[in-house]
Amino acid sequence: MHELSLASTMVEQIEELMRSHGIKQLDKVTVTIGALSGVDCEAFEFAFPIAVEKTLLEGAVLSIVFQSVEVTCRDCATRSSPDPLYLRCQTCGSNAVDVVSGRDLMIQSLEYTDSTDITLCETESGLT
Amino acid sequence: MCKDCGCEEGNANHAHHGHHQHKHDHSAHRLELGQKVLAENDRLAEQNRIWLHERGIVTLNLISAPGTGKTLLLEETLKILEGKVSCAVITGDQQTDNDAKRLQGKGAKVAQIETVNSCHLDAHRIAHALPEVIDEDTQLLFIENVGNLICPVAFDLGEDFKVALLSTTEGEDKPLKYPSLFSVAQVTVLTKTDLIPYLQWDLDLFREYIQRVHPGVYTFELSALTGIGMESWLDYLQKLVPSKTVK
Ligand SMILES: Nc1nc2c(ncn2[C@@H]2O[C@H](COP(=O)(O)OP(=O)(O)O)[C@@H](O)[C@H]2O)c(=O)[nH]1
Ligand SMILES: [Mg+2]
Ligand SMILES: [Zn+2]
Repeated sequence: MHELSLASTMVEQIEELMRSHGIKQLDKVTVTIGALSGVDCEAFEFAFPIAVEKTLLEGAVLSIVFQSVEVTCRDCATRSSPDPLYLRCQTCGSNAVDVVSGRDLMIQSLEYTDSTDITLCETESGLT
Repeated sequence: MCKDCGCEEGNANHAHHGHHQHKHDHSAHRLELGQKVLAENDRLAEQNRIWLHERGIVTLNLISAPGTGKTLLLEETLKILEGKVSCAVITGDQQTDNDAKRLQGKGAKVAQIETVNSCHLDAHRIAHALPEVIDEDTQLLFIENVGNLICPVAFDLGEDFKVALLSTTEGEDKPLKYPSLFSVAQVTVLTKTDLIPYLQWDLDLFREYIQRVHPGVYTFELSALTGIGMESWLDYLQKLVPSKTVK
């Protein structure tokens, strides 16, 4: 399944990020999936727990942010968000549109809890 | 980022604005990334693109379901372009090298990539295949992707254009079912038009659907078997390639 290999690629990338940021345990991964990315949200959700098995991400929750299609119009220069199956400018109806958003598959953010930092911040706050 | 005030974490001067102090609990963190999952593939694809452009080569990435007619279209295209445009082909297949064999002996260098378990070609594999098929005369590179309408779309190979192919035996509404391919491919080719008389294929409906998901897209309607409609396709290809001084 396409989504499983993408999820696994993503997990490898996140593990690398966790190492470089010194993150030991991840609470939540937020992923952006575009309407025209070719990635099926449901299949991705299904693949995620399989992809994180025995990795640093084990136990992390997946949150998906759906990215709708956005186009800019070459006739009236406005930006609008049409149905991906009917790409037309929503302002003037022109079909001379360019897709500017909606194709992404992105790791949006990582949320994690890190206990060692608390003391550091409390000390800092205590200074002033 | 600090969730209370938005200041950067790890900031040594973590005394907020002097006048007030909110309680700082930095136990929960959020790392904002916006990083593409296929960033590494995109990087390699860009390298391929630069490499190809340095050599003045135009590259087409052909994507369709299995059996749409990619290989036959390429066979016929190579035959006719032989001696006119110097072509190369990289073909991806999950198991066999049948396609590569069919494409041999038509004046083009052909490389086969066996993808085995993978349902698409990626930029890394293309990078390895490029030196095999490209020589200094090459003008036009065709990449026949693995038969699949979904997976190949996400993987940039370094091509100039994606070409989506659809045959008359597949149903007019395929563009609506796979908008991620048909909306991104700059060119659509309808294959097997010779079969239309035997099918309930509604050409107008197909044209309407394809224009819905990709207004203004370049569309060719042809039969590689009978040759009908091939002329404008070949014309288009010949116009794509910058004239190279033939050595
Ligand atoms: N009638 C007809 N058959 C075709 C045409 N193009 C391809 N085919 C047949 O469709 C089958 C699959 O073609 P092939 O080129 O292998 O498809 P690919 O999997 O996309 O590479 C073969 O039996 C071809 O002979 C065409 O224009 N008309
Ligand atoms: Mg083939
Ligand atoms: Zn408009």
